[in-house]
Amino acid sequence: MDEQEKRVGMLSGGQVTRREVLKKGLIGAAGLTVLPAVIAACSSSATPSPVATITPTTPPAATPTPAGPAVTPAPTTPGAPTFIGPLTGQLTVGSNHSDASEVAGMASIDAAFKTATGLDPKVNKVDHNTFQTQINSYLGATPDDVFTWFSGFRMRFFASKGLATAIDDVWANVSSNYTAGFANAVVGDDKKVYGIPVDYYPWCVFYRKSFFTAKGYTVPATWTDFLALCTKMQSDGITPVAFGDDGGWPAMGWFDILNLRQNGYDFHVGLMTGANKWTDSKVTDVLNLWAKVVPFYLHGYAGLTWQKACDSLIQQKSGMFILGLFMTGEVATVDAANKTTVLADIDFFPFPFMGNSFDAEKALDAPIDIWMASSKSTTLQADLTNAKAYLEFWSKGSTQVLMYKSQPGFIPTATDADKSSYDVLTAKAVSIVSQAQKITQFLDRDTRPDFAGTNGVGSFFLTFLNNPSQDLAKFQKSVQDFWDKLPVYTGA
Amino acid sequence: MSELEPQALAPAPASAGAGASVSTKRPRHYSLLNRRDKTLLAIMVGVPLAIFVTLIWAMTLVSIVWSFTDWNGTDPMHFVGLDNYTQLFTTYPFFWPAVAHNVMWLLFFICIATPIGILLAVLLDRPLRGSWIYQSIFFTPVVLSLAVVGFIWELQYNAQDGFINSVLMAFNVVKPNSTIDFIGDPSLNIWAVLVAASWRHIGYIMVLYLAGLKSVDPSLREAAAIDGANERQTFIHVVFPVMAPINVVIVVVTVIESLRAFDIAYILNQGINGLELLSTLIVNTMLSEASLIGFGSAIAVVLLVVSLVPIVLYLTRVLRSEDI
Amino acid sequence: MSSFAMAGQRTTGNRNRRRLSRVGLHIFLIVLAFIFAWPMLYAIYTSLRPYGEIALNPNGFFSTPATLNLNNYFNVWTAGPLPMFYWNTAVVTIPAVLLTLWISSMVAFTISRFSWRFNLLVLMIFTAGNLLPPQVIILPLYKLYNIIPVPAPLSDNGRLYDQFVGLILIHTTFQTGFCTFVLSNYMKTLSKELVEAAMIDGAGVMTIYRQVVMPLVTPALAALATLLFTWIYNDFFWALLLFKTGDKRPITAALNNLGSEFGSDPTQIAAMSVLAAIPTVVLYMILQRWFVRGLTLGSAKG
Repeated sequence: MDEQEKRVGMLSGGQVTRREVLKKGLIGAAGLTVLPAVIAACSSSATPSPVATITPTTPPAATPTPAGPAVTPAPTTPGAPTFIGPLTGQLTVGSNHSDASEVAGMASIDAAFKTATGLDPKVNKVDHNTFQTQINSYLGATPDDVFTWFSGFRMRFFASKGLATAIDDVWANVSSNYTAGFANAVVGDDKKVYGIPVDYYPWCVFYRKSFFTAKGYTVPATWTDFLALCTKMQSDGITPVAFGDDGGWPAMGWFDILNLRQNGYDFHVGLMTGANKWTDSKVTDVLNLWAKVVPFYLHGYAGLTWQKACDSLIQQKSGMFILGLFMTGEVATVDAANKTTVLADIDFFPFPFMGNSFDAEKALDAPIDIWMASSKSTTLQADLTNAKAYLEFWSKGSTQVLMYKSQPGFIPTATDADKSSYDVLTAKAVSIVSQAQKITQFLDRDTRPDFAGTNGVGSFFLTFLNNPSQDLAKFQKSVQDFWDKLPVYTGA
Repeated sequence: MSELEPQALAPAPASAGAGASVSTKRPRHYSLLNRRDKTLLAIMVGVPLAIFVTLIWAMTLVSIVWSFTDWNGTDPMHFVGLDNYTQLFTTYPFFWPAVAHNVMWLLFFICIATPIGILLAVLLDRPLRGSWIYQSIFFTPVVLSLAVVGFIWELQYNAQDGFINSVLMAFNVVKPNSTIDFIGDPSLNIWAVLVAASWRHIGYIMVLYLAGLKSVDPSLREAAAIDGANERQTFIHVVFPVMAPINVVIVVVTVIESLRAFDIAYILNQGINGLELLSTLIVNTMLSEASLIGFGSAIAVVLLVVSLVPIVLYLTRVLRSEDI
Repeated sequence: MSSFAMAGQRTTGNRNRRRLSRVGLHIFLIVLAFIFAWPMLYAIYTSLRPYGEIALNPNGFFSTPATLNLNNYFNVWTAGPLPMFYWNTAVVTIPAVLLTLWISSMVAFTISRFSWRFNLLVLMIFTAGNLLPPQVIILPLYKLYNIIPVPAPLSDNGRLYDQFVGLILIHTTFQTGFCTFVLSNYMKTLSKELVEAAMIDGAGVMTIYRQVVMPLVTPALAALATLLFTWIYNDFFWALLLFKTGDKRPITAALNNLGSEFGSDPTQIAAMSVLAAIPTVVLYMILQRWFVRGLTLGSAKG
């Protein structure tokens, strides 16, 4: 589970240009009243705002701070207030970064923090899945001062329960380092800021270039091409689509992208927030499309972890693989163990288009990971300045690049991050996200956590995948019934 | 408080597995205990009892109360009567499969795992060279944590590179894209998990039964042999009836273990997609991001009620045969 | 002990038939034992293989091993770090075992040697509680653990949640039922004359408990200690849900934690499982007899 979470978290690549993600973020809270404010805040026209674009070809608007381990952070405007300075006391940090690469990234960041402030944070490292599943008992009892989490509805849900502390003062210091897309991802139902975005990653279709060339496959641009390619791969004895749904969340990536392509961003967001019903015929359309792909999935996907599915791609037993950019971590691990260079052979393309009016949205999942401050920590009041300093420290590009160096699937969100260190895949990912008109956070962050949890919609999807030809009306009704019986959401 | 009196008890009879009731002489009503001793005894029992009742039984009561609310841990609690139960029994699609899986677990244990354990005990209940080696091998899975058992069997079951599928592929029984999906196929994985759980349960039952067999009076067997009975007849008509108290323990242990099933399913895939159990449903609804405490408590109450049946049956039997 | 003596029927034919059936029995048991042992042997074998060999090999695990080494064990030991988790386990298990034995022996002593109106009720309360599935009480317990104030040396956050004492407490409570039942049965078989003689001599209750009864139940205590150690060591559920600090978890609950760190590398997971299993397996091998005795104390005399 945690793996999933990780992945999902990693994906948010809120590219900034007047991302509709702003609109999305606030709609999710059913805060339609703030919608006008959102629209006013970001231009809804199609022209990109020059400040916000992050692409390798456009020179960044702000001068990037030089990357380096020991850095005294330079304020974006001279004389701007900052919490970072010599600190005393202690700081407890709750981290779900349990993979070896992320642990290394955290270590280098904490070392840099110590250099900048003299304070050595006390890190409570919990594995991904456990951290997520136990978030309620964690936040409700004795959480650490600051903790890793995810943006979107998932953040607002817990903020509205009073389990997080608003950090508007920290945000005031750092907001200039973020584009509007990221900024909107961390606003709570009460319009206060609750998180600091630190990384994101898009979900795309990955493949091996040499494999495609050798077999004579071409990257499909449309859905029809995609299905044709799958059929061709299958007749060649290759599994067309690697897929590992252990934990139930990778399937959400499929549903998201199919729904975005087929029904558009607005319908998808409405479905996530309950405005649209799961019994809608548009959902039936998506399920029918999905049913076409299921025969092409890796055999035994329900019991395979995404890493095993990724291995299948690496071993050239499968042709394509939909996941977040963090899959490069697995490829890097296999490369390291075998002294191979498969990572150089990996490429990706955005999910094929349906050829309808929503193609122009170029929508995709790009979840954003954030850091938040808890509210029930017994030490928070004493550590408040330290906590804010830590959050501010993480907002800097120089800090985020330290994590990126260890885990190249986590793309930094800060505008001033040094993009010269980005590898080819990352640069391409940044470009794809920047061209997207609509970005979503991934299903389990865009919708209620109690809907998306284990034995929640992930299990429902598995019920569907096990038998795509079942009575869809009945299936959709069961999902809607589950939604209807959830406790009333009292936020916003 | 009643007087504490020394209890006169006859030692348990050596034969018949010592399940028979202990005869009690009428207690002599003299008290050798002064007030201080009585207080001490009261504390020795009272304090643990108080802690026990608080941590176990009071919490159970709280669970029952919560099951009638819609609480989610932070928002105000509202009483919703039987709504949770209605939802559980009618619209929640994972409840009845979980009940079915628990029932399958019980039946599998009672009909397959426990009899195999009994069989092994009977087979090993004779002077056999290397018997202790066999016993050790059969019992070692019992001392393993269920988390370890889950990991060990995952290596066997994995659809891509598990041992079983690798063997089948090597002999061309299955193709690589049609391997047996032990963990992902919802109609198959409960059986796979049951095999792994039985692997552990069999050794447990074997040891319990073996010890019981060893306490059977040999003269009974000799008498049967003299009467011309063969091994099977001796077991069925002489040994098995005499082992009645052990049999009860075996049945209770089997039922309790199958109702308690949680760890293996949770480790393998968190209890979804065919591995739903009442215990995993509780954890996934209550102790999760969802935090549906009221709803989860309803499931917990169902599990409680089901578990109380064998507990009460066992205790009434104990009550009838015990005399304290 | 029990033998199927067939007096007066030891003909050669019978003896040969017996020998054949004995051989058949051995064959059957050997095959079954091998099937039982195989998953464990395979896990050990997997733990000795470097992951790199397996990940890219089309035969996966079935490939013949080029190297077998203990690297996975070294990695897992330092990455955990496992010594920390072993220590956590010891901090929880050993006090829990001692506390359980002490408390249940006291309760068993009282209800077995002194007739009291509520003896049976007490016994039933304890035994029934032990048979409950823990999922029924976990959430109220979590809430309770956050309410009860606990002074400083026992708790570093003022409550029972996320503390070793909290875990020790619930383990003790949960196991006390079974041990009380077993010990009370065992104590009932002790000679009543000893106790009566001591009482006539004017010995107080504590003296009788400490100097008369406890030495006699030592075998039962030893047997129960082996069982309790194994059960508490192997607990996965309480430890997972009553701790928030990852580093405080005992080793069995930490397996989950570490499992995600090693991602899809089953060789490291296998090594970790083997290391986690070693203490209980070794304990069993050494104290085999006590295990059996412990399990049957409750049943044979029940």
